[in-house]
Amino acid sequence: MTAHPFELHIDDAELAELTARLATARLPPELVDDWSAGTSPAFLRQLVAHWQHGYDWRAREAELNGMGQFIAELRGGVVHYIHQRGNGPSPLPIVLTHGYPDSFLRFRKLIPLLVDPPDPEDAFDVVVPSLPGYAFSSEPSRHGTIFHVADLWHDLMTELGYTRYAAHGGDWGSTVTEHLARSHAIAVVGIHLTDVPFWHAFQKPHDASPDERAYLANIESWQQAEGAYAIIQGTRPRTLGDALDDSPAGLAAWLVEKLQRWSDCDGDVERAFTKDELIDQVMIYWLSRTGASSLLPYYDLVHASMGRWILEKVKDLLSRVKVPAAFALFPRDLSHPPRAWAERFFHVERWSPMPRGGHFAAHEEPQLVAEDLREFFRPLRTFS
Amino acid sequence: MTAPPEGFRIYVADRVLDDLHVRLQRTRWSRLESPGWTLGTDRAYLRDLIGYWHSGYPWREREALINELMPQRRARAHGVDVHFVHIAPRRPRALPLLLLHGWPDSFLRYRKVVRELALDFEVIVPSLPGFGFTGPVELSATQPTRHSAEILYRLMTDVLGFDRFGIAGGDGGSVLAQIMALDHPENITGIHLTDLGWHVGGTDVHDVTHAERRWLDAVKSQFVADGAYAMVQATRPRSLAPALADSPVALASWILDRFHSWSDAGDLDKSFSRDDLLDNIMIYWVSNTISSSMFGYYADRRSPSLTPHDYVDRPVGLALFPKEPGGIPPRRLAERTLDVVRWTEMPHGSHFAALEEPDRYAADVREFFRGLRARADARKEARHDRPSV
Repeated sequence: MTAHPFELHIDDAELAELTARLATARLPPELVDDWSAGTSPAFLRQLVAHWQHGYDWRAREAELNGMGQFIAELRGGVVHYIHQRGNGPSPLPIVLTHGYPDSFLRFRKLIPLLVDPPDPEDAFDVVVPSLPGYAFSSEPSRHGTIFHVADLWHDLMTELGYTRYAAHGGDWGSTVTEHLARSHAIAVVGIHLTDVPFWHAFQKPHDASPDERAYLANIESWQQAEGAYAIIQGTRPRTLGDALDDSPAGLAAWLVEKLQRWSDCDGDVERAFTKDELIDQVMIYWLSRTGASSLLPYYDLVHASMGRWILEKVKDLLSRVKVPAAFALFPRDLSHPPRAWAERFFHVERWSPMPRGGHFAAHEEPQLVAEDLREFFRPLRTFS
Repeated sequence: MTAPPEGFRIYVADRVLDDLHVRLQRTRWSRLESPGWTLGTDRAYLRDLIGYWHSGYPWREREALINELMPQRRARAHGVDVHFVHIAPRRPRALPLLLLHGWPDSFLRYRKVVRELALDFEVIVPSLPGFGFTGPVELSATQPTRHSAEILYRLMTDVLGFDRFGIAGGDGGSVLAQIMALDHPENITGIHLTDLGWHVGGTDVHDVTHAERRWLDAVKSQFVADGAYAMVQATRPRSLAPALADSPVALASWILDRFHSWSDAGDLDKSFSRDDLLDNIMIYWVSNTISSSMFGYYADRRSPSLTPHDYVDRPVGLALFPKEPGGIPPRRLAERTLDVVRWTEMPHGSHFAALEEPDRYAADVREFFRGLRARADARKEARHDRPSV
């Protein structure tokens, strides 16, 4: 593996081009200004104005360049990742995997807490890769890539010299982390997830308890009311992507809706993300031009449902994941699985219902996530 | 009192066209380059079309052509300024015919049939509330689609003074026609439709025959595979609309994906000229109405106006085109909600029948209303023949 330090130095010309697009953003006339039918038109106007007049990309860029970014060539593609070494006698390596619609920035606030804990015994070596098709990782070279990300991560960790490591994730990150535990059980000391990977709900067991049935019914009504984004992303990624990669205001509207809707913010997105943080997330997609390619995991999921994916799933599900698993569950996340549901698929050793926080837990409640990670992995470190 | 309609000609300001050209010039393509329509709108097709839109497509000529072919007016109906095509009849006492388009098309859906239909009818083609030069309309939260139908009904009666008229429509136009026939049966001679309306998808499959269930299942599975556009528009239209309003390539891709899915040949060039496709996209672009047009999906979902229990008790003609989603429905299913007096299964064509198969479509509309006249005349004669007591 060849790895190089990576820094962002966006051309002035590209920033000027973006500013020109923002200055001429043509938003639709709207008769209502709330969040009921998607991103609030009034909020979008404020955000676009702040993006042009208040947001300082060069300052943000400098900050991101302090995060320890690298680019590695692996399996014929490029993986972009953050790598920070822990300050302690024997840091435990951990790979953190993000999801949609965010990026490695999900972990910006969590990384320092893991690298520099109050007790140096709790330190982690942190690796945060960007999913294929996201940020500065190359786009997937073939369909079905999302099902192979775990192998890519394992290669990355191995190349970095880590033979035993921990893993954490949410959203697509929990799917990848589950695969990691299934395919590389010897290397993975434990997995820590903020949700039960959602696709398990596609197959309803005959012996579901009332709690589980209620959970599955909630997922179904959530999909009806909120899940259209996943279906369009899974069936028409390019049609939607044509829109997201040509219009920064449009990209912001598509992404920010989810950041608002899925965070614990009582409807006021700025309680969970400052305007600068929202724009940072959008900028990662815009500058890397990954509005379309980031949708491909959804396409993979939709199109795998008939074939290989099912076979693999059946094979996998014959046994639970044997690697110790912890779940930190946040009250405003998308779904609220009963523990028995998680136990069908995982060897659950820790179950932590959290007092506050939503889907972007590592960003919204970094202290709660850090504490839970430390406690869960403390007894597992002795084996590493 | 009602003000008389004023004349309307499309004339897009130079600055709007200049701005559009800047946007087309700077098109920023996504990285998904693989060929074909599997991932969405075909990249090669769209690149060509955007190139042509930018440097070949003669908007000023097209605009003049549309104005010439489809003389337009605008009038205030039920508190809303409605844009509509109005073509004077070629013969006296012609039946007024209201032609209703759907999404994502426009009054141009009927561009290839208006002249033919004007031989028999006084033709009125409105831009639906929320669409084109009618523009965004604040509709009632309760049954907003019924509110739209009422606006168009008032256009025909209060503004244009018609007492009796016919309606033809497809897609959203089918639903609007049915609502008008339900609400104002005394004014509607009959309605001619190319589909049963989206509400029949809610039919309880336990109450229907095997063939009907098979068709409903086919429609449903097609919707799962190809209906995500509608799910987004019905639940989060305002998260999507800003991109489509800001980017002409985004708008074109979103609309063409539908025209491709719903055309007969699966090859856009075989079904539509590029000028015709761009004319339709231009209506959405220059009026900046993609958001308000999609909002109908959201509003109707929250408070539907039609259910599978409604029965339209006016004569209905159905012209059914084989490549409509689900294919041609069983007549039995249509008869559950409609008084079907004419049933035509067409050999070719699809969702945009009036554009793809204009001759067959226009002939069927004429035949249907001729048949109604004959029925009415026969009834009149029967009354005259009745012996007096």
